[in-house]
Formats: sequence, structure tokens, C-alpha cells
Amino acid sequence: MRSVGLPRWMYLPALVGALFVLLPLVAMVGRVDWADFGSLVTSDSARDALWLSLRTSATSTVLCVLVGVPMALVLARTSFRGQSVVRAFVLLPLVVPPVVSGVALLYTFGRRGLLGPTLDVLGLEIAFSTVAVVMAQTFVALPFLVISVEGSLRTAGQRYEVVAATLGAGPTTVFRRVTLPLVLPGLLSGIVLAFARALGEFGATITFAGSLQGTTTTLPTQIYLERVSDPDAAVALSLVLVAVAVVVIGVARPGRGAP
Amino acid sequence: MSSLELEAVVPSRGVAVTLAVAPGETVALLGPNGAGKSTALGVVAGLVPTEGRVTAGGRALGGVPPHRRRVALLAQEPLLFPHLSVLDNVAFGPRSRGAGRRESRAAAGTWLDRVGMVAWADRRPDQLSGGQAQRVALARALAAEPELLLLDEPMAALDVDAAPGVRQVLRTVLADRTTLLVTHDALDALLLADRVVVVEDGRVVEQGETREVLTRPRSDFAARIAGLNLVTGRWRDGAVVHPTASVTGLPVGFQPRDGDEVVAVFSPSAVSVFAEPAAGSPRTSLTGVITDVEPLGDRVRIRTLVGCSSPSPVPVAADVTPAAAVELDLTPGSQVHLSIKAVEVAVHAARRV
Repeated sequence: MRSVGLPRWMYLPALVGALFVLLPLVAMVGRVDWADFGSLVTSDSARDALWLSLRTSATSTVLCVLVGVPMALVLARTSFRGQSVVRAFVLLPLVVPPVVSGVALLYTFGRRGLLGPTLDVLGLEIAFSTVAVVMAQTFVALPFLVISVEGSLRTAGQRYEVVAATLGAGPTTVFRRVTLPLVLPGLLSGIVLAFARALGEFGATITFAGSLQGTTTTLPTQIYLERVSDPDAAVALSLVLVAVAVVVIGVARPGRGAP
Repeated sequence: MSSLELEAVVPSRGVAVTLAVAPGETVALLGPNGAGKSTALGVVAGLVPTEGRVTAGGRALGGVPPHRRRVALLAQEPLLFPHLSVLDNVAFGPRSRGAGRRESRAAAGTWLDRVGMVAWADRRPDQLSGGQAQRVALARALAAEPELLLLDEPMAALDVDAAPGVRQVLRTVLADRTTLLVTHDALDALLLADRVVVVEDGRVVEQGETREVLTRPRSDFAARIAGLNLVTGRWRDGAVVHPTASVTGLPVGFQPRDGDEVVAVFSPSAVSVFAEPAAGSPRTSLTGVITDVEPLGDRVRIRTLVGCSSPSPVPVAADVTPAAAVELDLTPGSQVHLSIKAVEVAVHAARRV
């Protein structure tokens, strides 16, 4: 169907916005020192940071799916007193500055935090470890997955689930064979968003996990540290991060296959 | 096959419907929109909580979750699972009951064959027309081997061309099945149901044998939608031939052969009343004696008996204007000539009982 057409003046702000997003990328690519690019992105510290970023982002994305899908189901398919308050708190990391999330995590799981003594007894030290990186990323990425899946669940409605139940399918079968396939596009886009958010996570990570090469220095942290000492390396690594993000979004583009 | 005893008491919706369905019987739940028909079905399926009792085959269903009730529901929309093939949609019920993949698919194939959709087994639901999808949905419901089948206006969302085909399939599969059918279409009740229960404002206002309710309705709603004239007979040369009356009509959705048992359905407003025999064809001319005259809104409904001296007289109702009623001096006992145009008479295959 043909669209009815837009007012012509609307193209101007749209164009300004597009340039605003594209221009910095072009500027950055223009600053890349291509002669040394190879050695810059394959230095020990760069390889460690990239590898750590990919590992931790993948792990936190899996954690987001494991707890985020049940959270979305409880929010979308049940109703209980205080549900809107719970939803607001679940989505809080979206609007709170990441550094604040980092501080909050530190005062929960840090050595002097709320659970610090308990974790101490168990011999666990979380802050400033790779586990802390994963937790920081999961904390900030989780709302993206929950929002995405909850939206899909609400759009899909419960009609198919009711039909499945009258055909003799128990709740677990309904979830596995009906609910999950129906919200798959939303889940995939949630996974992409969560992974991208985890990959770019910086503020909460550096606050809660610090920066130790190979253990907690993720790619964004590495870029931040090198932007003064070695600007060429920072630009080269930024380009790598952009490339990874483009690949992720290209592989599982949100909305593809959605009705 | 199970029986059903239902007390659908849902005060929040103002519904208190009590009814029973005998094993193998099809009961049509008729009523205007918002009367509580779908609520009653929801209670049976376990989707709407009730304060009354629901018993199926002597088994109390109170507190039993929907998936353990063995009650399948076919709604207006087919709601085929969009991510499964036609075959796997139908195999869903058997699979959910723990049957293996191969066994479930075999059962699904059998049911698809019963509804004439086996050639579409590998298609996706979005490749089917509305009528095809509804047949598949019916096969899916039956493949779950329910003790009770609930049909919630299964033809309402279909276009006019698709409805007769689905109705025909329903007639064959409902024959010996305990079924509760919600409809606001008198024809569906006539062709599919053994008994009719009429619901208005959440209460049962009338119930009885289908033919009785549809031809001599006592409730407002039944009178509005029904009050149909029915003539059962054998098909011969474009007419439904009954020992005392033969009615010319047009078959709907099927092509009868001579000698087939058929029923002619026409509304009282399709019957013209004259003092002298009317000429012109193709139409049916009958002679009847008025038994009853009653005002019905802005019209007058006269009830006549055609062939009152014969062993099997045929009741025919006609609607006329008050002016015509006065002019023709329509009073009980007087003889009138009735004329019905062939295009106003729908001929259906008679219900096999």
C-alpha cells in the first residue's frame, strides 16, 4: 500500500538527525591510523579486552534470558498487588546513570556491602572480578530483555494459549510449544538489545569491577583508558567495537520475521 | 461419550444458566449478543469461574484446570498456531496428551481426512482460506479426543461461500458427539442441533426440540430470529415434495439428487397471502386454513395449516401488514391461498437422526 506522504518540511529535521548520528562515525573512521591498525588491535591488552568483552557480554545475555523471560511472563500474564511498582523497579536501570548502578552493586555485593559479610563467610569475593563485570552488565541489560519480551507477550495475547490448554496442554507444554515460539521475534530482538547494551557497558563496570587487564578491563574500559595515553589505539578499538555491534545487529536484526 | 450438567452461575456477568446435554446429543445455545452464551461455554471449558456445579460424564469439573477437562473449544476464529504446519496443529492435542510424534501425526492425518483437508497437511495456516482454516481447527479440536465439544459461533466469522462447507463437515462429525453449540443463527441450530436452549439476559427462557422451538417460538428472541417455516420431504424436479405440500426452492451449498431427504426453509415474511389462487411461476401455491392470528410488532403473523384433512398437515406461517389482514378478512377458520417465490426458499439436506 502506498503511504499518504509526509509533509515536506519533515525531511529536514530527519536529515539533520541522521547526519548527527552518521557524522561522528565518519569522523572516527577518518582518524583511524590504518598503517598501524593491525598491530593496534592485536596488542595483548586489546586482544584481552576484546575477548573479555565478548565472553562477559555473552554470559550476561544468557543470564538475562534465564531470569528475564520468567520476569516478563510474570509481569505480562499475572496480576498482583504492587505489580506496577515492581515493573518500575525492574526498569530502573534503564534510566539510572550506569555509574549509580555500579555504586548500588558495590554496596550490595562489595566487601563492605549488604551481602559482603555473608559472601565473605562463603569465601566469595565478587567486586573487582570477572563475575562483577558480568553482574554489572546483566544489571543494566536485563530491562531491555524484559521490556522486549513483555511487549511481545502482550501483543501475542493469550488466545492461542487458551486454545492450547483446551487441547489438553499443561502450562509447561503451553509455554514451550506455544508461548515461546510466538514471542520468538521479540525475544531475539531483546537478546540483541541486551547483548549490545552489555557490550557497551562502561560506567557500572568500572565502578563495581574496576580495571584489571584480562580480568575486568572490557573493551569500553580499555578505550576509555587509552584515549589519553594512546589516542590511535583508542580509535582503532572503537572501530572494532562498532564492527562487532554491526555484526550482532546484522546477524539477528530485531523485528526480522516478526508479523 | 459423556453427558454434561451445567450450572453456569457468574454473578459478576449476571449469568445463571442451567442446562443439560445428554450423551451424544448436540444442544444449540441461542440468544442475542451479551446474553451469556459465551460465558456459559467459558464455564464448561474452565476459563470462567462459576459458583455452580459442572459435571461431565458424572465427573465434577469444579477446580479442574482447563487442560485436564477433556473439553475442546472451537471459536469463531480458527486460531491455528501460526508457527506450526497444518498437520502439527492437528497433532497438537495428541502430542499434549503424551502420544509420540509419529502416532500423533498419524491421528492428525486421519482427522484432516475427515474434514477434507488432508491435501493441505504441509501448509502453513496463513496459506489457508477462512473456511479451510476453520475445518483444520475443527480437526484439531476433535483430534484431542474431547469428551465434550464446545462450538462458539463457529461459522460467524466465515464468508457466505465458506459457511455451507464447514456446516456440512460439522453435520457429519457431530452426529454422535456431546456438543454445546453457541449460535445466533437459527439455521445452524436447525441443521446441527437436536435441542435448542434459548438464553436471554443470562437466563434460560425457552428450551425444547429444535424444530418445535424454531417453528413455534415462545420467547421474544426465538420469535425474532426464528418463526421459520419448515417443510421436510424428498427432492424431486426442483421441489421439496411432502405428501400434502410441495415447495419449490433453491438448494444451498449442495446439489441434491432426486429422492434425497431435504428440508425447505423459508421465513413467514416470504409468504404472500391471497384470497384467490395466485398465478405466476416459479413459485409455490398452497391452500391453507387459518388457525391463529397474532400481532407481531408492525406486522400480523397468521398461522395456517395446509391440508388439514390429510393425515400429515403442514403448518405454514405468513406475515402480512395489518391493512392486508383487515382487507383479506383474515380470521381463524377462513381459507387462504399462500404463495412463496422459489428464490425465497432455501433447501438444505435433512438432518440425519
